[in-house]
Amino acid sequence: MIELIDVHKSFDGTEILKGISAKFESGKTSLIIGQSGSGKTVLMKSLIGLHRVDQGQIIYDGRNMPDMSFKQLRALRREMGMLFQGSALFDFMTVLENVMYPLEMFSNMTAIEIEKRARFCLGRVDLVERSYSLHPSEISGGMQKRVAIARAIALNPKYLFCDEPNSGLDPVSSLVIDRLIKEITEEFNMTTIINTHDMNSVMEIGDNIVFIKKGYMKWQGSNKQLFNSGSEDLDEFVFASNLFKAVKDAHEKHGASI
Amino acid sequence: MYRVFGKPDKWKMYFRQLLLEMETLGLSSLGIVIIISIFMGAIMVIQIKLDMDSPLLPIYTVGLATRDVLLLEFSSTIMCLILAGKVGSNIASEIGTMRITEQIDALEIMGVNSANFLILPKVSAFIIMMPMLVIISMAMGMIGGYSVALFSGIVTVTEFEIGLQFAFVPYHVFYSIFKSLVFAFIISSVASFYGYNVKGGALDVGKASTNAVVNSSILILLSNIVITNFMLA
Ligand SMILES: Nc1ncnc2c1ncn2[C@@H]1O[C@H](COP(=O)(O)OP(=O)(O)OP(=O)(O)O)[C@@H](O)[C@H]1O
Ligand SMILES: [Mg+2]
Repeated sequence: MIELIDVHKSFDGTEILKGISAKFESGKTSLIIGQSGSGKTVLMKSLIGLHRVDQGQIIYDGRNMPDMSFKQLRALRREMGMLFQGSALFDFMTVLENVMYPLEMFSNMTAIEIEKRARFCLGRVDLVERSYSLHPSEISGGMQKRVAIARAIALNPKYLFCDEPNSGLDPVSSLVIDRLIKEITEEFNMTTIINTHDMNSVMEIGDNIVFIKKGYMKWQGSNKQLFNSGSEDLDEFVFASNLFKAVKDAHEKHGASI
Repeated sequence: MYRVFGKPDKWKMYFRQLLLEMETLGLSSLGIVIIISIFMGAIMVIQIKLDMDSPLLPIYTVGLATRDVLLLEFSSTIMCLILAGKVGSNIASEIGTMRITEQIDALEIMGVNSANFLILPKVSAFIIMMPMLVIISMAMGMIGGYSVALFSGIVTVTEFEIGLQFAFVPYHVFYSIFKSLVFAFIISSVASFYGYNVKGGALDVGKASTNAVVNSSILILLSNIVITNFMLA
């Protein structure tokens, strides 16, 4: 579980995060949603320690990250996996080598065990054997995302972070990736935090949703509670599109569940 | 800086990267070094003969001058300026691209010391390969000059050979190699610095690689003067 208590972060005097408190439980997919520029990426980078926060606590199962030394932080990072917006695969390595890399760096496994584990992870994200020897530039965006997921879970992380996992993907591939992340989260009981502004993901996998606006945490709840959140700011964001407005209207009229 | 030159996270991975970089930075530069050196050696013989065609000058002039230019400046300084263009821009754009595509962040998140993992093998590989490149450049320059003597007869082969061997100072080879090691360090570390600190997009990678080449060239020229002052004057 990760807990944020009153987290502040400014850049050159401009406060971007203005006191965020939230809880992210293990085994659940937590989504951070909000408009472009609301501070989602800054929040995620603060969570993983790429930005040092000015004030507040970030508690990883009882360990407060801002208090840690650089060495302790690096040790904690070995418990983290991250899926970057652009996949961030190492382009001088093949698909298989990419997944083997963290294992080679940080595990004490033998070469054979490493390859076995890497193949298991790639199989888990439904990648076919044929693509293992290709380089990232030779596979599609959706496949790159899967490789990135496989690499992120190779070391059995406790915490998984995803920055806009769906950007650049079509709706069907997005859905596949979303479901994959949710399944893996439940299977390995990870604490998963996803940055997104994709409403489809919100409805599909939003066990726990944290809505931020202009650096403030405005609402936290599950996707089931989204329709009667009672928050005007949230409604404004969620029901911005005609499609979702129509869904909400239908929901109110017929009390239909989604 | 301290993070770059610290102990690698895992030696096995460091050596693997080192071998890879020795190939990409060193061996793949061999072609350009050989070609340029042969032609420069050849052209030097022709030019020197044209400029110094006087019966008052001893017959070994051409061979001697060619050898000294190669040994003292061409195979180290000029060759490194050329390599600053090739290797420097290669390193800066490679690391810069890794920065903007978040590959460096990905390394950091895994808990890897990214500066150390990416930069140290490049710097050490280039320094290891440099003496070989310099010696090959010297040899190829002389072969270029020799071929001119052999095929065109502007100077005779014997004259050229006498010139090559006349008043040979082995210390010059050492001096040249020493300089090239310093230059190799300059090229690889300056390029890595610019690449690692790229912010922004593809355009900024291009700028970083230009900056890397320009600044490492200037540093090479400056340090050349300093080193020469200490070692030869
Ligand atoms: N390193 C930085 N230095 C200064 N300001 C920054 C930095 N990173 C982000 N900001 C500012 O913080 C604000 C929030 O940015 P952030 O990237 O977190 O938005 P976001 O919610 O992720 O948006 P998007 O959905 O478009 O990715 C922006 O106004 C941005 O200019
Ligand atoms: Mg963002």
